[in-house]
Amino acid sequence: MSENPENEKTNEITNEKRYSVDEADEKLIRLIQDGIEFTHSPFEKCAEELGISEDEVVARLKALIEGKKIRRFGASIGHLALGFTANGMGVWDIPPDKVEETGKKMASFDEVSHCYERPPTPDWPYNMYTMIHCRSQEECKAVAERISKTIGITNYQLVFSERELKKKGVRI
Amino acid sequence: MDAKNAAEVKDAVDAKNAADAKGAADAKDTAEVKNATDTKDTADAMKNRPVGLPAELDEIDRKLINLIQLRFPVSKHPFEEIAAEIGTTEDIVISKLTRLKNEGVVRRIGPIINTRGIGGTNTLAAVKVPDNQIEKAAAVINKYAEVSHNYLRNENYNIWFTVSAPTQERLDLILSEIQTELDCPLLNLPTVKQFKIQVNFHV
Repeated sequence: MSENPENEKTNEITNEKRYSVDEADEKLIRLIQDGIEFTHSPFEKCAEELGISEDEVVARLKALIEGKKIRRFGASIGHLALGFTANGMGVWDIPPDKVEETGKKMASFDEVSHCYERPPTPDWPYNMYTMIHCRSQEECKAVAERISKTIGITNYQLVFSERELKKKGVRI
Repeated sequence: MDAKNAAEVKDAVDAKNAADAKGAADAKDTAEVKNATDTKDTADAMKNRPVGLPAELDEIDRKLINLIQLRFPVSKHPFEEIAAEIGTTEDIVISKLTRLKNEGVVRRIGPIINTRGIGGTNTLAAVKVPDNQIEKAAAVINKYAEVSHNYLRNENYNIWFTVSAPTQERLDLILSEIQTELDCPLLNLPTVKQFKIQVNFHV
């Protein structure tokens, strides 16, 4: 299950320099990162493979979540299949002294799934990013306008995705 | 179907048609198109459904989808617990989830890894490539297992992707290899501060 699709290369450096999780946790993550089976005991095979009990698998997973090594355990949703076809990346030019309060306000919008401060560059002067998922571009635009009014900043762009080239989730 | 839903469906169909037209225009080199898009998940999202229309969901589907995103029980028999919570049987939960997976609504149920939490690093990057180079660029970028998301966007910087790697060296190497191979301007926009990450599609 941990094998990459054929068209991806796994560089040797990746194999040498691992993430900092202990070996058993790393094995566990690799066994389930592509998704568990929908059965009565989805962790049974994984427990067998690791030579530990299912209770231990569950305890390890909970510890990984507790330790914030796993953000959450749950479903990744195909938003296109649910009709969330508009994916707008809001990019904002926020005065540096306003970033903190503005970021909190932006994050409070339900339609905003991700909100990050990133470094501005000469070629791309924006320093705040909000991902907005909606059922239409018009809805996204309306959300961005509401955010703009709330934070009192009009210097932004909404950059829509035209095509999903890859969506996979992070794997180790 | 009320007017709002009709409008949404129309938007979805328009978007799909636009995507199809774009696909057809790009398809002069079909093999390249096939390689360029990491199609497994994306294709899954499109299969077994009427073209361009969202999956049809009943009340149990909706409850399931809302629950399994943020409150999936980490336990020995999670589907049994879910069934008890939404008032149905485990068999129904499993058959519903299997259908939702086949329709691309559920991509997977598993751990969402926190790259920085396990000592790794990540970034958002963008490249500015000519329109006729998009398929090649997508293939060059997608071949890295460390690239998790990649989108074509309507901007000068037109390809936007996220990279997660165990070390800064590895991340920098990937970006420099991509920039060298594509010979185009590249933005590297690592997170300065994360204010929110809460992906939740409420249905």
